Amino acid sequence: MRSRIVLFLIALLLWSLLSWMPDWQHLLVGVFVALLVAFLTGDLFAQRAHILRRLSRYKYFFIHYLPVFLKECFKANLDVAWRVLHPALPINPGIVKVKTHLKSDTALTFLANSITLTPGTLSVDIDKDNGILYVHWIDVKDKDIEGATRIVVERFEKLLKKIFD
Amino acid sequence: MIDIIGLIFISVGFTFDVFGCLGLVRLPDVYNRLQAATKCVTLGTCSILFGTFLVVGFNAAGIKALLCMVFLILTSPVAAHAIARGAHRAQVKLWEGSIVDRYKEDKEGEF
Amino acid sequence: MLKKKRWLIGAVILATAIILILVRPFPFLFYPDLPYVGFLGRALYIIVLACLLCLYRIWKGPTGADRIVAIDILGIMIVGLCAILTISTNRSWYIDIGIAWALQSFISTLALSKYLEGKGFDD
Repeated sequence: MRSRIVLFLIALLLWSLLSWMPDWQHLLVGVFVALLVAFLTGDLFAQRAHILRRLSRYKYFFIHYLPVFLKECFKANLDVAWRVLHPALPINPGIVKVKTHLKSDTALTFLANSITLTPGTLSVDIDKDNGILYVHWIDVKDKDIEGATRIVVERFEKLLKKIFD
Repeated sequence: MIDIIGLIFISVGFTFDVFGCLGLVRLPDVYNRLQAATKCVTLGTCSILFGTFLVVGFNAAGIKALLCMVFLILTSPVAAHAIARGAHRAQVKLWEGSIVDRYKEDKEGEF
Repeated sequence: MLKKKRWLIGAVILATAIILILVRPFPFLFYPDLPYVGFLGRALYIIVLACLLCLYRIWKGPTGADRIVAIDILGIMIVGLCAILTISTNRSWYIDIGIAWALQSFISTLALSKYLEGKGFDD
């Protein structure tokens, strides 16, 4: 039930942003559409809806996680641009294995997205039972599982553990 | 003034778009192409959309540009992940200069 | 020998692009009293050039996965094109086309990669 209420609020917000400026007619239609969406697909949305109420998670997300993510993203683009424009193509690719301690689905999704948008790495597959990610790395610096984990994952793992677990 | 900042964002955006497509043409195998193209084109298009928001301002088109930006940041890594997984399951070879392939070592018996 | 030929082709494409950008902006779809039309028209030239590089990969790609990557990237780039058209023509429905294109491109990429796995669609 909580998950349906959360989905209803998000759908209403999205509707009113898409039909900007909202007046009462748009909002009335939006309430009906959001009710329909929440009724049909509500129980798929959030399994643990109670963690959405803790405000410290939002603080960690917007103040600690987002600047790090944007900085790494920009560095990744400069890195790729340098590799592409270099005449000799300085690449050294391979698929390595890294370990993670995160458990929930949302945290793993955000971890995989962060890995994909940061310098040189692209997540290929997730083995959820053992907590193992397979990562394609354009410039392999360390073939071992511990070394790769230290370089690739640890920047984000502490922050995501505070936000999502 | 804010229009000029928006136009600077747009120029950064299309520059990175061109770099991403150049990587799509130049790099040797699927996974490397996926890396270069996904990173550069996602940031480039998001930068173009943010520039559009700055130029247009707070009206219908600007809000929709912001929504589209958030949507692209959330979905394009997922699409890249799905393509990489599908390509590896379809047994597309890595480039012959690749160093290590732990995924193939682990998944040897499943196919 | 082959490498030299490739560099020559690249140089020809680059020279054509620079000449096109310097000569005049996109000759249609523009209202000359709106601001920044010259800059945005030249920006459209550059994005169309990038789309042509993607089309080269779709045409030439040795495996199916290469083609799917190029289709995905082409879809993302057309969203940017729609955003620039929004400013340069002052019609706000172009960005609606952009949002719908982004959604549909994401779903079609997922379906194509599912097909690539060789398990069919109902897995």
